[in-house]
Amino acid sequence: MGKMVTLTIDDQVVSVPQGTLIVDAAKKAGIDIPVFCYHPKMEPVGMCRMCLVEVGRPVIDRATGQPVLEADGSPKIQFGPKLETACTTPVSEGMVVRTQTQVVAEACQGIIEFLLTSHPLDCPICDKGGECPLQNLTMAYGPGESRFRYEDKMHLAKHLPLGELIYLDRERCILCGRCVRFQSTVADDPVIAFSQRGRALQIVTFSEPGFDSYFSGNTTDICPVGALTTADFRFGARPWEMTPSASICPHCPVGCNITFNVRREAAAGGREVIKRVMPRQNEWVNEIWICDKGRFGYHYTESPERLRQPLVRKDGTLQPASWDEALRAAAEGLRTHQRLVSLAGGRLSNEDLFNLYRLTEARQGRAVLYSTMGGGDYVQRYGLSGEANLAALGKGDAILVVATDLHEEAPLWWLRVKQAAERGATLVVANARPTKLERYAAHVMRYTYQDALLKVQTLLTGNAPEAQALASAANLVIFYGSEGLSLEASEALAAMLARLLVQNGQVERPLSGLVAVWPHANTQGAWEIGFRPDPRLAETLSAADVVWVAAADPAGDDVALARALEKAGFVIVQDLFLTETARRADVVFPVQAFTEREGTWTTGERRVQRFYPALPELEGTRADFAIVAQVAEHLGLALEGRSALRVFQAIAQALPAFAGLSYTRLAEVVEQWPIVGRSDLYYGGTAYENTQGLGVRLARVSAEAEAIAFPDVAPAEVHTPEALYLVPFVRLYDQGQTLRPSRLLHRRVAQAVLYLAPQTAAQLGVQNGEHVQISADGWSETLSVQVVANVPAGAGLVPRSSGVALRQPQWVRAQRAVLEPQAGS
Amino acid sequence: MNTLRAKYADEIEAILAKYPPEHKRSAVMPLLYLAQREEGYVTAQAMAEIAEILEISITDVASVVGFYSLYYDQPHGRYHIQVCTDLPCALRGAEDFLKALCQALGIGVGQVTPDGLFTVEEVKCIGACHRAPVFQVQGDGEIVFHENQTLETALAVIEALRQKAHQEKEGTA
Amino acid sequence: MSEYLILRHRAIPGLERLPVYLEHQGFAAFKKAVTELQPAQIIQMVKDSGLRGRGGAGFPTGLKWSFLPNDLWPHYVVANADESEPGTFKDREIMESNPFQFLEGLMIASYAVQARVAYIYIRGEYWHIAKWLDQKIAELEQAGLLGENLFGTDYSLRLYTHLGAGAYICGEETALLESLEGKIGQPRLRPPFPATAGLYNRPTVVNNVETLANVPLIVLHGPAWYHNYGTDKSPGTKVFSLSGCVNRPGNYELPFGVTFRELIFEHGGGVPEGRTLKAVMTAGASSVLIPMDESVLDTPMDYESLNKFGGSLGSASVIVLDDSVNMAWLTYKTVNFFKHESCGKCTPCREGTYWMNRLAERIARGQGEAREVELLYQVARQMQGKCLCALGEFSTLAVVSSIDRFRADYEAVVTKEPVYG
Ligand SMILES: Cc1cc2nc3c(=O)[nH]c(=O)nc-3n(C[C@H](O)[C@H](O)[C@H](O)COP(=O)(O)O)c2cc1C
Ligand code: SF4
Ligand code: FES
Repeated sequence: MGKMVTLTIDDQVVSVPQGTLIVDAAKKAGIDIPVFCYHPKMEPVGMCRMCLVEVGRPVIDRATGQPVLEADGSPKIQFGPKLETACTTPVSEGMVVRTQTQVVAEACQGIIEFLLTSHPLDCPICDKGGECPLQNLTMAYGPGESRFRYEDKMHLAKHLPLGELIYLDRERCILCGRCVRFQSTVADDPVIAFSQRGRALQIVTFSEPGFDSYFSGNTTDICPVGALTTADFRFGARPWEMTPSASICPHCPVGCNITFNVRREAAAGGREVIKRVMPRQNEWVNEIWICDKGRFGYHYTESPERLRQPLVRKDGTLQPASWDEALRAAAEGLRTHQRLVSLAGGRLSNEDLFNLYRLTEARQGRAVLYSTMGGGDYVQRYGLSGEANLAALGKGDAILVVATDLHEEAPLWWLRVKQAAERGATLVVANARPTKLERYAAHVMRYTYQDALLKVQTLLTGNAPEAQALASAANLVIFYGSEGLSLEASEALAAMLARLLVQNGQVERPLSGLVAVWPHANTQGAWEIGFRPDPRLAETLSAADVVWVAAADPAGDDVALARALEKAGFVIVQDLFLTETARRADVVFPVQAFTEREGTWTTGERRVQRFYPALPELEGTRADFAIVAQVAEHLGLALEGRSALRVFQAIAQALPAFAGLSYTRLAEVVEQWPIVGRSDLYYGGTAYENTQGLGVRLARVSAEAEAIAFPDVAPAEVHTPEALYLVPFVRLYDQGQTLRPSRLLHRRVAQAVLYLAPQTAAQLGVQNGEHVQISADGWSETLSVQVVANVPAGAGLVPRSSGVALRQPQWVRAQRAVLEPQAGS
Repeated sequence: MNTLRAKYADEIEAILAKYPPEHKRSAVMPLLYLAQREEGYVTAQAMAEIAEILEISITDVASVVGFYSLYYDQPHGRYHIQVCTDLPCALRGAEDFLKALCQALGIGVGQVTPDGLFTVEEVKCIGACHRAPVFQVQGDGEIVFHENQTLETALAVIEALRQKAHQEKEGTA
Repeated sequence: MSEYLILRHRAIPGLERLPVYLEHQGFAAFKKAVTELQPAQIIQMVKDSGLRGRGGAGFPTGLKWSFLPNDLWPHYVVANADESEPGTFKDREIMESNPFQFLEGLMIASYAVQARVAYIYIRGEYWHIAKWLDQKIAELEQAGLLGENLFGTDYSLRLYTHLGAGAYICGEETALLESLEGKIGQPRLRPPFPATAGLYNRPTVVNNVETLANVPLIVLHGPAWYHNYGTDKSPGTKVFSLSGCVNRPGNYELPFGVTFRELIFEHGGGVPEGRTLKAVMTAGASSVLIPMDESVLDTPMDYESLNKFGGSLGSASVIVLDDSVNMAWLTYKTVNFFKHESCGKCTPCREGTYWMNRLAERIARGQGEAREVELLYQVARQMQGKCLCALGEFSTLAVVSSIDRFRADYEAVVTKEPVYG
């Protein structure tokens, strides 16, 4: 921390670090200086002029350099002729600030009056009503009666869609520029801007689709008035009618803290429903931001297609059954079949995974993680540790990002890595194709998908500038993903990267570590508990006598796995929906959504965080961990099933990394900066304070000076000219189970399209919009082609979870296909 | 395809060369003038092309078009007859001059003559206060001052432009 | 005026042509600077000359140049040729008729701060001048006076014109820089000042065209010589743009300290026959109204003497108002200008100019009530001291001073009966 500066604000003596702005110094002292344009997460611009205060500075004698004293010995203070904006003026030693004088009150009143000359004052129907600083200030300072003639008001568009997600009310907009600045400086998607000038100044967007940014929803949180609203929440409810409930975003391994706002609704038959999602402040994880997938992608939990009753296969068909019947059937299946394989998805909570693991262990079965990416055990040993916060990375530190497109896979990590680079951290990005993060990279490492490991290996052995940049960094954080890599290759990659940390001597540094960009929110948790992915999953499944699948749909994802499951003796499935896998099951248990229950997830940074029930459970469903415990009970195995809390206690006892943790510890909070909670409307961004927990990072699993081995990197295979390396890549808005039901994101969802480089397309003789048939043993698919410059030659990219049954990259045959014209056209 | 880039490759190169390569966004204003030369206003397509050339968002380009008064995003008369009626000119009869001119052309301020050639506009000070009444003609990628005007001289200027436009039309027909 | 420093073309025909300019010691100062003088020496000369900025604020030019830090590069120089203040047309004449003197000044300034690229930001309406200057710059490059390794030294310099597009606010130096960076022309927060964080966030000098045109003579003849002209605190000459109710409007180059009487009557030929002088604005529309009587007419015009009227010399754009002018009408004209030109960034200016314009328009049209005059006054007062840049403040000057000093003009136009409420 820099030098401290002492000043006086409204007779209160305050000490703050040098460089602090007057507004922030006041806020820390509990004094609210109203602001509109200022937001502590962005550079000040001083344009709304709301924060004008009187500022005095000690008079310094030019000759002596000493402060001039008054007769009473106190330093003589000189006040400037004009008020100053507290949001742009840094504190200085001996400064005296007055925020409560007549002059300041008049200035404040004046600005409010100016703002209201073009404001519709439609508070009674405004979504912001009740949490609006303009409304509050108008009450506090505003003139009782407007001196502005009503008919002189500008009448402007009130329901202007900036795309289908965000709406703008131009009459309410006070032109503070927070949204524009957020988009250009924080999100780096300058897709909204000011146009025109003077009173005609207005926010516009010209992107296609409108307001094209994964972070757009955040502008509605920091908009100080009700000008920007989401299509999801607009006219949805009044703030005071809703109850907040703390949760965690289920979509990616970042683990953004969120708040669900819930209200009982007549339209839903008197049930409680989720009205909106807002970020919940956690300066270690997501600060005060979330991406739009987290904000708009919760609707799957309320889908009418949710399972509400157990199903049991009778006479060859799945039929509704009672819970008791289903539990007995599952127990019977387990008892009568030997080799158990449990296949768990990364969406399960730690508690669910722990019980399933325990049961599997007791039955001498095999606990398999349903994932095509490896290396979680390296993350356990070499992951981030202690209080390491990405926000602390800066000059002298380095970040390496390999085989992942953070902007698509984990948007908040993208944001925080970008910001670290902007603070001066050296960023090295390695991928087979350009990604948005490269804009901030000091070094870009480009490879072909097949050569990824060879290229990364040069960091261990070579003298390339990027290798040196990483080696000389004080701290090194490494993010790795699995784009274009097989399970084995991603495992080898993780090993190499762990070795890099060791070799560079950075492992024990406070801000260093390996982070896996997993496909799901709790994949890391599954590793911690003991689940491991299986490179020969199809074989394993077909050889199993009994398979227990939880939160995974192998049959839906991959034809080979579907066939393998059909060979398995007995299949038990826990899921929200009747998936392809569930259709092949002998017993299906309907589970609760994360919005209806308690639990914990472990982020890719190994932070364990709690989510709380926001809604009552859907009738007929149970929590995964409880279902496992109930089946176990029928087998005479005692597992904790009464509450998630108790299961977590068991985890804390069983696993050293979790030692000392409890739900109470996870719920602890400390004071965070900036203050953005409910009582501090002026800064804004989350509406509620985080009082429900910041989570705790797991202790590293000890890595006693081991030699990290990784398999020899095989040279790239040679293939015939018509062979194409087909790579699934992640798009934020996919058509997976959790997003398909969101009608809101419909227009932006990734389509099943084959992306080819111009040369590859030319080789195949196809053009944009034409079709290619791809085939591999026993599987074939015809895809429409899009030719784009940034795909590596010889590769074909298909968005993951877009309807193409492709789990892992693989070589396929490809040829131009001519579609039969539709009959009748 | 980027038609602007195709058509004006050299001129665009020359414009870009004025600014540091990492700050080529600076070229947005000259490129907008270039684009406006074509149709008399900046088309949506042109904005997209400029955005592409400068690697900025279309929104950023459109924002600039909206801010400055010499850019148009809608079609108007081919020639903007811009009469200064700001204070110094008004003190020397510019408001009456404008009125007379509109009357003679049979249109109001902001309107287009029936032949689609002229839009009469009222503008703020253009730096010719000592030679009021004055107007400038914006069109064909140029801005030309006409100072110390009377109604007669102004109509002569307009007539000359009209002739030019007709001749061009015949030339191409 | 017998002697011209800036409008030398009036004495030397053809000065706009390079050979003629060269004949008259053209570029001798620049050559001397580059080949004989250290940058710091030039800055010191300009400091000693007492040259003050002609763009309006009168800031000491040499001091401004000395603020550029030497640990952050590159440096830039930007000539402010946005000249958009109503009643101002002096930079135009300089660039049209004595372009090389301005360019030479710009080049010396660039050398003095070791800038290797300088821009000339010209208002869009001066399209023809931009083209003209482009030609002149090309001639200089051909003549080896601009370009790489000038005079065999390792100093290189390029000049570029950049055309604005109709926005008065772009004359404000930080808005100008934003505009030059390809953004909308909204002013930046100051500090940091352009001298430390200007164009592309690099140290930048922004100077008015006329300011720069003074520089070659100072370098050539020395600071002491420069003090032969003007007053002690405002040395040199000033080009006054005279407009409005005056018989001979135009540019007049006169030493600082010249009186209103000399300018308006001796040079400008007085107000039109049969009318009397009522008031004067000295800084275009951005002026307080100075009521004129015999005692005021002998006030010297320089950067200090106008303070006693609450005014300032600004760009010395003198608008003369005679007794035919109603000040309520005049106020509407000025306020309407500022409403049109407010960039909209800060609340008081954006909303205040809009509001004042509505009120002033009603009043001027004879639709306003007496209490709307009060309201107009209060709105202006409510804006003062609160705006982000000076434009907002400028917009209030005519309003407040006209109501304070010419209330009778308002009383003549307000309706006696309220029209609403
Ligand atoms: C609203 C506004 C408009 C301005 N317009 C101009 C202008 O047209 N030309 C100019 O030289 N300075 C103008 N200025 C002053 C500039 O901000 C700046 O002070 C000047 O260019 C500095 O040059 P100088 O020191 O040589 O005067 C303006 C200032 C404001 C606040
Ligand atoms: S005072 Fe006017 S011109 Fe200046 S920043 Fe504010 S709105 Fe813009
Ligand atoms: S000017 Fe300070 S908060 Fe807007």
